[in-house]
Amino acid sequence: MMTASDAEAGDLFEALPLRDDMAHGRLHARLVAGAQREGVLDVAYRTLRTPVGTLLLAATEQGLVRVAYDSEDHGGHAAVLADLAERISPRVLEAPERLAQVTKQIEEYFEGRRVRFDLALDLRLSKGFRREVITHLSGIAYGHTESYAQVAAATGSPRAVRAVGTACATNPLPVVVPCHRVVRSDGSAGGYVGGAAAKHTLLSLETAA
Amino acid sequence: MAEYGPLVLRVCRAVVGPADAEDAWSETFLAALKAYPGLPEDARVEAWLVTIAHRKALDAARAGSRRPIAVGEVPESGRALADGRALTGGAAVTGGRSEEAGGTLKDPDQWDGDLWDALKALPQRQRSAVAYHYLAGLPYKEIAAVLGGSTDAARRAAADGIKSLRSSYPRRTHERGE
Repeated sequence: MMTASDAEAGDLFEALPLRDDMAHGRLHARLVAGAQREGVLDVAYRTLRTPVGTLLLAATEQGLVRVAYDSEDHGGHAAVLADLAERISPRVLEAPERLAQVTKQIEEYFEGRRVRFDLALDLRLSKGFRREVITHLSGIAYGHTESYAQVAAATGSPRAVRAVGTACATNPLPVVVPCHRVVRSDGSAGGYVGGAAAKHTLLSLETAA
Repeated sequence: MAEYGPLVLRVCRAVVGPADAEDAWSETFLAALKAYPGLPEDARVEAWLVTIAHRKALDAARAGSRRPIAVGEVPESGRALADGRALTGGAAVTGGRSEEAGGTLKDPDQWDGDLWDALKALPQRQRSAVAYHYLAGLPYKEIAAVLGGSTDAARRAAADGIKSLRSSYPRRTHERGE
């Protein structure tokens, strides 16, 4: 931020670095520890590179609350974080420690060494019928698929095929809650929150195993 | 935080000095995190953070001092403002966390001890006014709200502070690159 007053002060404060990344690394770690201690670290997040792109992982104290593709929103991960701040709490900090288990299991999944996730999930971002769908999806086993119509029937609303599509498209926990295992009745993959290529990658990974 | 962290660190370094700046920053942001829903809709974040930082500095000064610090009174050192524990421990003693900070601050590229010496010599009120105006970019009206007193008094404190700094701080001869 350059203001007229900076110019007035001339080079007096030149010795004070505008950015000091070393210091901020330390300070950030300290703030995370303090926030954790005081119980005000409402949303902890990290990013993780995977074969389907960089995923944003976010957890509340209850559990994993959000997995997001960078491409999901026009604003990318920054927009997702802003949305979490709005809908859950503005106390959002990058704090990978809380996501250690999640990270480990997702990595194992992509290495083909894990067929189910054993994680505490916080489903607060999913409500009503969408939440019912999300809950059902967790029961579709690794390597298996169901059609949108089958999911609709299973949730007791056989005519809600489109709503199932919407529920999948707005799944707050893709990959971990396997909306990628829902495909079209004709066998084609259908859309995906992380893009068609990501869906193909995940389905191929699971059939190869 | 990523947005305001660097700005607040510059302010803390200028107001409480290199040894205590990181403590002050940490306390400010933790307090801000706890208070976050209390941020008024129309408030500017810089002003809000500076207000918290200022309060933290005064709290620490009060906790560390047996006598109340009158506004405008010159503390013996910046340390008295930021960390009472360090004050009672003696000027040469720094806490574990500060030591960590001191480790990197020995690097002359990161922090110029001469600048802090010059700032330290200013009355606390002038030093605060200078930092809040020239580093945080607050208008004098907001600085007056933080420090107490009138807008004119805040402007005068900043002007007097800058004037003293210009004469006491050996400025670098080269011009700013941009």
